[in-house]
Amino acid sequence: MSDPMQEIMASFFIECEELHEALIDALQSMADGEHDAETINVAFRAVHSIKGGAGAFGLDELVAFAHQFETVMDACRAGDLEITDDLVQLFLRCGDMLSDLIRCSRDGEEFDTAASEALIAELSTFAAEESEEEDAPEIDFQPMTLSLDDLGGDAPDAADLGSPSLPDLPPLDNLPVAPPEPEQPEAGQLLVRFKPEPELYESGNEPLYLLKSLADLGQCHITPRFDPPKSVDDLNSFGDRLAWEIRIDTEATPAAVNEIFEFATGLCHFEVVSGQSEPDVVEPSEPDAHAELSGPVPEDTPTPPPPIVAAPDPVPPKPAQKSDKPAAPAAKAATKSSPTVRVDLDRIERLVNLVGELVINQAMLSQSIAEENIPPNSPVSAGLDEFMQLTRNIQESVMMIRAQPVKSLFQRMSRIVREASAAVDKSVRLTTEGETTEIDKTAIESLADPLTHMIRNAVDHGLEPTETRIANGKPRQGEIRLAAAHRSGRVVIEVSDDGGGINRQKVLNIALAKGLVPEDANLSDSEIDQLLFLPGFSTADEVSSLSGRGVGMDVVKTQITALGGRIAIESTAGVGTKFTISLPLTLAVLDGMVVTVAGETLVVPLNAIVETLSLTENDLRHVGPGQVVLCVREKFVPVLDLGKELGYRSALAFEKDTIALLISPEEGKLVAVLVDTIEDQRQVVIKGLQESYGRVRGVAAATILGDGKIALILDASDIAASAAGVTFDATQKEAS
Amino acid sequence: MNISVLAVDDSRTMRDMITLALSSEGFDVQLAEDGEHGLEVLDGMEPDVIITDINMPRLDGFGFIDAVRARDDTKTTPILVLTTESSADLKTRARDAGATGWIVKPFAQDKLVRALRMVAG
Repeated sequence: MSDPMQEIMASFFIECEELHEALIDALQSMADGEHDAETINVAFRAVHSIKGGAGAFGLDELVAFAHQFETVMDACRAGDLEITDDLVQLFLRCGDMLSDLIRCSRDGEEFDTAASEALIAELSTFAAEESEEEDAPEIDFQPMTLSLDDLGGDAPDAADLGSPSLPDLPPLDNLPVAPPEPEQPEAGQLLVRFKPEPELYESGNEPLYLLKSLADLGQCHITPRFDPPKSVDDLNSFGDRLAWEIRIDTEATPAAVNEIFEFATGLCHFEVVSGQSEPDVVEPSEPDAHAELSGPVPEDTPTPPPPIVAAPDPVPPKPAQKSDKPAAPAAKAATKSSPTVRVDLDRIERLVNLVGELVINQAMLSQSIAEENIPPNSPVSAGLDEFMQLTRNIQESVMMIRAQPVKSLFQRMSRIVREASAAVDKSVRLTTEGETTEIDKTAIESLADPLTHMIRNAVDHGLEPTETRIANGKPRQGEIRLAAAHRSGRVVIEVSDDGGGINRQKVLNIALAKGLVPEDANLSDSEIDQLLFLPGFSTADEVSSLSGRGVGMDVVKTQITALGGRIAIESTAGVGTKFTISLPLTLAVLDGMVVTVAGETLVVPLNAIVETLSLTENDLRHVGPGQVVLCVREKFVPVLDLGKELGYRSALAFEKDTIALLISPEEGKLVAVLVDTIEDQRQVVIKGLQESYGRVRGVAAATILGDGKIALILDASDIAASAAGVTFDATQKEAS
Repeated sequence: MNISVLAVDDSRTMRDMITLALSSEGFDVQLAEDGEHGLEVLDGMEPDVIITDINMPRLDGFGFIDAVRARDDTKTTPILVLTTESSADLKTRARDAGATGWIVKPFAQDKLVRALRMVAG
């Protein structure tokens, strides 16, 4: 049993993540003023389900916390508690704590019990009245503890019921014509009087099974009482005309009988009298129970056997239902065809790799066919075209499997905003856009760190202190906006704040003080902004506990670049700052342009290329020693010879058909990269080099081409950065 | 003959637990994710007993029990309410809706099995 339990537990934690996401979603809506019943219900249900599952695995801390959380939410749900902003904020903090508890439970880590207890205490101030109410009924409503050993062996056959009791039935002449009042069971016996109400049948309870359960306590002596209908009209209310008196030879206490009748409570007249003690009337809430049962017995006291056998008859025709029912299909057969399937990430990785191989294979095949000079209208060529199309479709579909909405990522950020704003005592609200934008799962995970850092920065440095905001006529509450969108084959994520903008003078002063820029440097605004990405740069006058942790925007940039992305910054004084991250849609495959430089084959990511130009020598202007620019539509663009840059040749050997690729590493920036020839445009499978070679300047990864050769994939922004003459990245310096 | 069970719960964990607890004991378990779904499943089976959660999206446990009791084929099918909520009020409401009995989560396997055998024979 341990193995399947482990599996269920693993799936429970996955479910917890989904539930937690739904919870935060709902709470966020509540924070935005949606206090309708369904929103509260969704939040409640999420916590409730987490609690339910946690209970099953004995995660007591999680249960305790979820319980208190749920109790207060329940009060809101019932309208007993007003939903205030403070309360929703408390809920959100509780949601965060819940997430921590779930994670700790999953990873077997230690809880921060103090923190969770503090929140429980805070919650309990709201739940004071509720919790008192809740505790009381718990006593009479414990989980079932039936004292039956095993019912499984007993076939659910009506005839079985009578057999154990028949031989022991009291002789006829002992039957009470008018039962002695009160009739006392002997020592070692329990006397049960049981008269179902019609409701008992209606609720699906079955007297037969109750009696059978009693028989498990000991030898039963059953006396049925039957009150025959007086007229045909009475026939319908058959249910309350049957009653039984059961004497059980047992050492069991009346409590055991009460347990058996737990579900029947309130649906029948029922009492237990113990032979050892005083009459034990167990239905104080039904004072008439005893009276009715011990009242006048039907005149025609029946001979016991027939009614016993007949007893199940008035009961709804359950056995019939069973017999004509087709054999039930295996468990789960009816499980709703769920809209999602859970697949191990490893399996997807394998599939992605295989598809990668397939793409390479197809490229090789295309090349072989091309080399065979097979006419384009031959069946082989037509088949190849189809094959290529299919390969591409398969590849896109596989990539889509890995794609996930950025919502979970954004939700994590809402927590960062809450924590960060609390830490610096600013009022901040996070707005999100484009949560459904999908992006490769790996990218989502890798984005969490840089985004966290950027959000903290925005709260800490981006937004002004509250007093400043008010003084400047801005809303007291700062706003941080997180937006995602697909834009021309890339995913663009924007992090913006409505703060004071970058204090460029301050940035420049720091950079000068730290010797990061030469004293005489004359930097444009955007160049100053770029300084933020320099290693070790920190504008905080005093290192705050929040964002000044020694990692700066340079780390963010490195992380984004590692994802094949780029980051740009835009800032307007007094209005705010916006960081724009742009990422490739998928990380495993890219559309590339295959070019040759000095006899080497290279791949340039297609989405980095704005334009390709065929050059004549006149297009180039020499502006200094080794400095060349290209005039493109009356704009000068820095020129970079790839061959020289990568060390394939020492100087640009300008040939007649030299080609320039215009690359845009960032919005509004252009660099012309010179190559010798363009071979092809095709999809290439990215094969990482980092594991073996670390980071190599200018090289993003490698790929295998159709002829089986390995080609390097260029890192366009790296290349462009060196063209701009400013080397921002420390790692680049090391590498070069 | 195996007792057939329809278990309705919106929590996958709970459904898994129920399946695990009952399948090994020879019950035939079918599952549904909420009340609406449970009613759909009932169109294709007549379980000997139904287990249902209360807090569910779309159609909650009370509504589900109501609907089950309104159907001719399931008018008297035993229904056990499986819930973490243990208030007397809930008990009354479940009973009023027509539930046969209740089990408080988290349940022990043997208790669930016993309760099922008690209401379904």
